Amino acid sequence: MSDSQAAAQTSVHEDLHSPALLHHFATEEQQRNASNFGMWIFLGTEVMFFGGLFVSYLIYRLWYFGDFGAASKSIDATLGATNTAVLICSSLTVVLAIWGAQIASRKLMIGSLILTMLFGLAFLGIKGKEYKDKFEEHHVPGASFSFENVPIPGHPDQYANPRHAQIFFALYFIMTGLHALHMIVGLGIFTWLLVMAWKGRFTPEYHTPLEVGGLYWHFVDIVWIYLFPLLYLIDRHP
Amino acid sequence: MSDHAKSSPVKSYFGVWIALLVGTYLTYAVAKLDLGPYNAAVALIIATTKALLVALFFMHLKGASERLLKLVVISTLFFLFILMALSMADYATRWYT
Repeated sequence: MSDSQAAAQTSVHEDLHSPALLHHFATEEQQRNASNFGMWIFLGTEVMFFGGLFVSYLIYRLWYFGDFGAASKSIDATLGATNTAVLICSSLTVVLAIWGAQIASRKLMIGSLILTMLFGLAFLGIKGKEYKDKFEEHHVPGASFSFENVPIPGHPDQYANPRHAQIFFALYFIMTGLHALHMIVGLGIFTWLLVMAWKGRFTPEYHTPLEVGGLYWHFVDIVWIYLFPLLYLIDRHP
Repeated sequence: MSDHAKSSPVKSYFGVWIALLVGTYLTYAVAKLDLGPYNAAVALIIATTKALLVALFFMHLKGASERLLKLVVISTLFFLFILMALSMADYATRWYT
């Protein structure tokens, strides 16, 4: 259908529009852009929120270079890499869910939403295993923290300063913990999206909540893409 | 199925997905090599490439035309730059006190 035909049709049926269109928006496209725009502004504030943590990480890493390397080496990097792959797969299923809504394939949309949530839960499960290891090794900052006689990578004759290593683990738990909190919020959002999709609320014309929820999920993925090399992969070489 | 409505982006979605998985493996493998001071640079370049792929293709920044959206994205990056640049300027000049 050409644009002029579409315009003619809307002028004839001026009172007929999608039930999803709220009366303070002129067109569905304007409504959709406004929703997406709101999420992008929120993501801008999130960048600054995580940005402060990344800057404090950067400064302490430069200050306590070797201690941070020794502390990072004690974390299981394979678990971190697996979690990166799991999150990347969940981002793929998010765009497939939106594509499912666009081609009116209920099966693809709902199946992809369920897969996204399963990947999200798998991520949190692996994260839980990682935290459990750290608790057992007494690497959680606090009264029972212990990081004695751990050599600094590249300097086998020097031991890491436990007080400096504790700062690494504080940043590790705050940054991955805040990221995990975002994952839990994301799972809540996707539970709601799944219910809406199940009720048949999303059509090829209207599926803005899927897009907005997807933007949030992808952003959380991007934060992890930076956390993974900075927390898990420093000074890994022999 | 309204397959005539839009050309399928599914191919590019899977392409980006594979590129992201390869990037993850690369950053994991490169971390085990001793590149001296370049380890951090390589890790951050790979991470930024992956983040760009997610933002451009999965978050559909590629092809976005609304000026307001561009303004938000660019000012976000700009304020992040200010945060990092001023913090590091302070850190880097502490030795001169």
